[in-house]
Amino acid sequence: MLRWPLIRMLPAKTNLHFVGVARLMGFLSVVAVIASLTLCFTQGLTLGIDFKGGTVVDVSTPGKPVDAAAVRAALNAMRLGDVEVQTFGTAGAVEIKFQTPAGADPAQTVTAVTQRLSTVLAPAPVKFSNTSVVGPKVSGELFRSGILALGVAIFLMLLFIWFRYQLQFGLGAVAALFHDVILTFGVFAVFKLEFTLTSIAAILTIIGYSMNDTVVVFDRLRENLRKFRKMPLREVIELSINETLSRTIITGLTALLALFGLALFGGDALRTFAIALIFGISIGTYSSIYVASPIILLWGVKSGDEDESLLVGSAAQAAMAQKAAALKAQRRTDG
Amino acid sequence: MLQLRPWKVALVVFALLFGVVFTLPNLLPRSVTNSLPGWVPAARLNLGLDLQGGSYLLLEVDTVQLKQEKLNNLTEDVRRVLTQQQILFTGLGASPTAVTVRITNPAQLDAAFKELVKLSAPTAGGGRDLLVTQLADQTLSLAPPPQADAAAVNTAVEQSIEIIRKRIDQLGTREPSITRSGATRIVIEAPGESDPEKLKAVIGKTAKLTFQMVDESVTPEEAASGRVPPGSVLLPSDEAYDRNGVVVKRRVDVSGDMLTDARPSFDQNGRPSLNFRFNGLGTRRFAQITQDNLNKRFAIILDDRVLSAPTINTPILAGSGEIVGNFTEESANQLANMLRSGALPAKLNVQEQRTVGAELGADSIRAGETSLAIGAVAIFAFIILSYGLFGVFAAIALVVNGFLIVGLMSLTQATLTLPGIAGLILTLAVAVDANVLTYERMREEARAGRTPLLAADAGFRRAWVTIFDANVTTLIAAVIMFLAGTGTVKGFAWTLGFGVLTSVFTAVVVTQVLLGWWFRTFKPKTLPIL
Repeated sequence: MLRWPLIRMLPAKTNLHFVGVARLMGFLSVVAVIASLTLCFTQGLTLGIDFKGGTVVDVSTPGKPVDAAAVRAALNAMRLGDVEVQTFGTAGAVEIKFQTPAGADPAQTVTAVTQRLSTVLAPAPVKFSNTSVVGPKVSGELFRSGILALGVAIFLMLLFIWFRYQLQFGLGAVAALFHDVILTFGVFAVFKLEFTLTSIAAILTIIGYSMNDTVVVFDRLRENLRKFRKMPLREVIELSINETLSRTIITGLTALLALFGLALFGGDALRTFAIALIFGISIGTYSSIYVASPIILLWGVKSGDEDESLLVGSAAQAAMAQKAAALKAQRRTDG
Repeated sequence: MLQLRPWKVALVVFALLFGVVFTLPNLLPRSVTNSLPGWVPAARLNLGLDLQGGSYLLLEVDTVQLKQEKLNNLTEDVRRVLTQQQILFTGLGASPTAVTVRITNPAQLDAAFKELVKLSAPTAGGGRDLLVTQLADQTLSLAPPPQADAAAVNTAVEQSIEIIRKRIDQLGTREPSITRSGATRIVIEAPGESDPEKLKAVIGKTAKLTFQMVDESVTPEEAASGRVPPGSVLLPSDEAYDRNGVVVKRRVDVSGDMLTDARPSFDQNGRPSLNFRFNGLGTRRFAQITQDNLNKRFAIILDDRVLSAPTINTPILAGSGEIVGNFTEESANQLANMLRSGALPAKLNVQEQRTVGAELGADSIRAGETSLAIGAVAIFAFIILSYGLFGVFAAIALVVNGFLIVGLMSLTQATLTLPGIAGLILTLAVAVDANVLTYERMREEARAGRTPLLAADAGFRRAWVTIFDANVTTLIAAVIMFLAGTGTVKGFAWTLGFGVLTSVFTAVVVTQVLLGWWFRTFKPKTLPIL
């Protein structure tokens, strides 16, 4: 007879010392954030045509691979900017990318290109399965509105948390969001993933998910603050994270399972999207444990609704508490 | 919470029926859905262009050209008025914002001012659509005020949409959607295997046709070296005979808006040509100028290029004629279409074009379905392995959720895009979260010593606050994506948004009913998730 549940993620009660290592994790996070920012600003993101303008055309000649050399030669003769010709897929299709020369009309240029390629690759029938042209004006607007959307999302999250909890919670949550968003940008930079409109959707989803995760911990924190008034904030946070840990892991794993399916079988178009989400959700899960809650410790918090006294008033006290915790943790490992 | 209240059971049954009924058309073959009576819901998911294939074009009205055009016309009006009133002037010209003219004789300045004010018309706001001001050195300036410009752009966009619709309709493309986007833009979405190049060809030309007299006082070569008489202009020509261009008078005698019909045809030598017919005013004007200008040449001009410049041999009184130019059969056909639909008020520039072939769309749908199936199996397996029987309940809730989302999307005809499918998969994964929160809470309550029923009840009650707060955040993200996003991203926002709403319902209410039934039937001594 099988005994359900078959999978037990964790023992019934965990007592992991998250806040104890929060300082180390905080340090790692800060390093990672700085590294991401540096990478984004020095190397830059690989912007797709959505954001930098230009043209992408997928060309295939059914039945045989496309003569990439002929395509390249034809395009080079047309004096286009930044021509890239890449083979993709199994049937020997090529993806060409180029910038419209200054002063030329992007739409007419792509018409000229497809006509030219049809002649060059003749007599094979030429198919253009996917054509995207984004003019310089639109690409600038798309980029600005994308970044604006991210900003507005983060701001609304702050307002919501402030409204539902306390400002300190909101600040912790927003710090975690910035952490997640910046690290996701870092992932895009490191792996040279193409940054497109869909990537903005991915980051917004990550923001939603990360907040979701953070809110679950915060909710428990709020409840425990009311329940254990005398308990030091550090321990309340520790307890709340531990109590919600099982849920955090199960939900995170379900999401990742589904996303791995998407990354492996969702085709080229969704792969980048799925990869970004896999990283983002992992980062988001990490940040709700190691970034959002420990930051509350730095700011301090009011316990309960009517009790106005701060349990931990200042960053200095928080640091002291952390030092004590570190000592205690050390004693435990020594003994 | 776990009592089987009739209204709750009814709600779940209703939701399930709703979901199944509206999802069903997507699962039946088209031949079946087409033969159903009208009152049966038969709407399928509204697939985005990236899934069904098609073209998306974002056009922008060239406002600079529109304004320039307006000022050029105004310049000719000023020339006509001042010449009629025998007022002497110099330096008539249009800058990017105004038309200026210097009145030679100071005594005529007041008269000139009065005449030029007559060119303006009152506007709805109580002002006038043209401001005439006197500058230094006997110079008068005529400029449309900014609000008149905005109104002109607005009218131009509206007219352009009308004209594009007419032109595209004549192509026979399947139901293209033509909508306005912002102050100066137009979006065309044409589903299916439509050829974007054909679309671009019919909207790429303003098709402004005019008949103007040729200025034979100078040769094109002289004009090219800078000696263009005032009131004339050198235009390029399509005819080999006029390879250096043609000098034409700026005054427009007859224009394309006076046409009632235009058809492609063949001339007596069998070359493609274009037959046209004027309306009453056009017929009278054309008869007048052909009578007055026998043995002179007039030019037929399309978008500032001379199509042909024949010599008038006999007066043309019937109001119809034939343009013999450098046409192919197809270009004659296209031009006839455009002339029948009317000229665009200004040039339309393509700012964005996205075309997806129908085959690629079908591939995307297949890839989406595969990953959806794999994702669903993985989620089911994982949740059942984690929570046993309760996991099965969560899986059932998830299936109901799937039906609800697809049913809602079919009912509202919200667009399903490729990222939307990804959103669907992600929604199913995150929908489990509400169940996980509830079950984990039940575990805690049971460990704290409550009886199974009380623990389960408390689990639902306590977890609800968290479920609410956690889902509002995702909903905020979805709303922002919907407002800020375009096209495919909007499709993602739809599925994510619908998914949040339905998943809260199914994970809470549907699971409650299932658990309530289970408790009532089996009266368990322990929870199976401990």
